[in-house]
Amino acid sequence: MACISPDGKPTESGAKMLRALKAKAGSAEEVAQKARLPIFRVRSGLRDLEQAGLASPKGDKYELTAKGDKLADSLPA
Amino acid sequence: MEEVKEQVISLPRLGQPAPSFEAVTTQGTIKLEDYKGSWLVLFSHPADFTPVCTTEFIAFAKIYPELQKRGVELLGLSVDSVSSHIAWARNVEEKTKVKIPFPIIADLNKEVSTAYGMIHPGQSKTETVRCVFIIDDKQVIRTILYYPLTTGRNMDEIVRIIDALQTTDANGVATPANWRPGDKVVVPSPNTQEGAEERLKEGYECVDWYLCQKKLK
Repeated sequence: MACISPDGKPTESGAKMLRALKAKAGSAEEVAQKARLPIFRVRSGLRDLEQAGLASPKGDKYELTAKGDKLADSLPA
Repeated sequence: MEEVKEQVISLPRLGQPAPSFEAVTTQGTIKLEDYKGSWLVLFSHPADFTPVCTTEFIAFAKIYPELQKRGVELLGLSVDSVSSHIAWARNVEEKTKVKIPFPIIADLNKEVSTAYGMIHPGQSKTETVRCVFIIDDKQVIRTILYYPLTTGRNMDEIVRIIDALQTTDANGVATPANWRPGDKVVVPSPNTQEGAEERLKEGYECVDWYLCQKKLK
């Protein structure tokens, strides 16, 4: 997974996406804008976060799960 | 008697939807659909750790900022593993100080290269030739370029084609030979006799009714 390392820690791009989602649930386009990542990285990364149980889709937006929220809280500011 | 079955795969053509794929890359698993809304230059190279490919990757990395300004992403491909791609990209950065910022598909099962017709057995039965597919923001193939194994690609031409295609889309015009941004563009030819007669009165610079050019504002 490009967003989450095998040891369960988020990669740099994963951390950017978690922070963006922690601030506000959003669509892939909104997360890309907030995290300053290319849209293809975000769409691919959101699949990774969903597969890892860290984010879930709600309509056309994504939001953090409780597990994702906890991980986002543990990230350095 | 053993039955031999051959699957006939039709190659992509201009104006058709790009064949969709899901592929393992140096930046995770990527689907073609992930690029919707962006333009994409999908290109193949014969193999990692080879000289011409290395010069091309450095050149692609150098035009990447210009492509991004135009809403274009880059995606490389070869029939090598992700580990090989990562090792090669790290080596290029270490030796030349150029970072490879775009993902590279590890097409070990040749699924993507077969769908896009990137393997030409007359050149190599195992390696992809140097292909360039320019795919627009609606995932339609707009340009296909093939280069032989021995000839490195011209980056200026790739950027020029994207400028030309985006100018065509934005203004409903065509672009003449050797066109560069800022040059005059070609006004589409009229398709009626009445239109041909009127064309010469419309204030364009015309050689004749079928070849008229104008400056874009």
